[in-house]
Amino acid sequence: MAHRWKNNLSADDVTSEALFWNRRKILAGLAGSGLAAATGQSAQAAEGEALTPNTWEDVTSYCNFYEFGTGKSDPSLFARKMTTSPWSVEIDGLVERPGAYSFEDIMSEMTIEERIYRFRCVEAWSMVVPWNGFELADLLNLAGIQDGAKYVSFETLYRPQEMPGTVYPVLEWPYREGLRLDEAMHPLTMMATGIFGKPLPNQNGAPLRLVVPWKYGFKSIKSIVKITLTDTQPETSWNMANAREYGFYSNVNPNVDHPRWSQGSERVLGGGLFAKRQDTLMFNGYEEEVAHLYEGMDLAKFN
Amino acid sequence: MMKSLKDQLNKLVRFVPTWCLYVLGALPAPWLFYLGLTGGLGVDPVKAIEHRYGELALQFLIASLAITPMRRFLGLNLIKFRRALGLLCFFYVSCHLLVWLVLDVQIIAQILKDIIKRPYITVGMTSFLLLLPLAVTSNNASIRKLGNRWRKLHRLAYVAAVLGAVHYIWLAKGFQIEPLVYLAVVLFLLLLRLRLQPMRRLVS
Repeated sequence: MAHRWKNNLSADDVTSEALFWNRRKILAGLAGSGLAAATGQSAQAAEGEALTPNTWEDVTSYCNFYEFGTGKSDPSLFARKMTTSPWSVEIDGLVERPGAYSFEDIMSEMTIEERIYRFRCVEAWSMVVPWNGFELADLLNLAGIQDGAKYVSFETLYRPQEMPGTVYPVLEWPYREGLRLDEAMHPLTMMATGIFGKPLPNQNGAPLRLVVPWKYGFKSIKSIVKITLTDTQPETSWNMANAREYGFYSNVNPNVDHPRWSQGSERVLGGGLFAKRQDTLMFNGYEEEVAHLYEGMDLAKFN
Repeated sequence: MMKSLKDQLNKLVRFVPTWCLYVLGALPAPWLFYLGLTGGLGVDPVKAIEHRYGELALQFLIASLAITPMRRFLGLNLIKFRRALGLLCFFYVSCHLLVWLVLDVQIIAQILKDIIKRPYITVGMTSFLLLLPLAVTSNNASIRKLGNRWRKLHRLAYVAAVLGAVHYIWLAKGFQIEPLVYLAVVLFLLLLRLRLQPMRRLVS
């Protein structure tokens, strides 16, 4: 089932660190030589075609992983304490072959591919991330889905001695997330095990995490230890903390505001102090692929 | 021991000119901006600067509210610094607001909508508007001209401080301790004032 979806963002849309700095240098050089005015327009046009590049540094130093603290840099500072080997994922509920699946066993069964996705946080910032991983559908099929299954719930590791942020009751631990089964089986939905072709750093949810690119980032639960197939809609952490602000679906939708801020536009990270805001796209730009999942649903009600 | 330390501190205060506080207090503003420009504030410099300016404003406001209780309960007289602390608070609130307007939201229609529609922004904006007349009247001429009304007017700082702390709590995601600590400190400093009045009445 791998390769069911092909990138329309090419590898060129992800700028490697070297290229990123190289381009900066070229632009800076042009500015210095006074040529910037002459070439500025074409440089801007090129910028418009390709998505704003995000670097390894961007993706790995700016994370929301509240188990390690609520500051954006807390996870990169404190997540190294987390033991990710050995690792196993308990898959249970309405599956044919329940049990503990070791990370190595999972990896030996899966086809790893690269997916370059937009990543939109509910806090109205965004990045572009080159993930490596496999389709969640493949993992669920490995466990075998029973007929009555309608939802999938996920749980993050909860190990207080390795997770300093869990001493604060910011959320009810362990972190929980959930998807409807058709969302989970969608070709875009993946389990990431790496970024930029390297193993996932702990702060980004090592050793494996969910990535659902058309939903707000908090749905893409990190460091998963448990997957349960159920016939009822599972409880999800942010929804439990504040149901009014964080719905079960939480699809990226510029027309439905968060009660405390607008979702109509986003700050694209990596552009520095004077980066221009960008309009947020319906379903984060994946409308063509996923809109049919919600046909007939009032998206303001099922937010 | 304590008494001599207090006296020494009070003596020391007399030798420190207030312009030192203005200069030292204002320095973080350009420094943070420089860090933001050069990558020293991480991946999201806009939010980082916005939050640091807001936090500094709240800290200076709290410091200015601490002056009176410190004199009354600890005998430490820092009253000559109070105007500077208040004006520094206003300076950072203005920086905070400017960053929000120009670098963060950017879109004018969005700004107006946010001020009306988003309660935490409405509260923050109200706090700023309450501080505005206080900043304008922070000079000797105004004190002379307004007389007793000046003191009454400047009690708006109490309301502004509470609203500032509420603004901070309201924008946090999930249950977070730090903003609550700010509100607790503000309320504590205000509570100290409430208890003062009946006591004074008893004495007189």
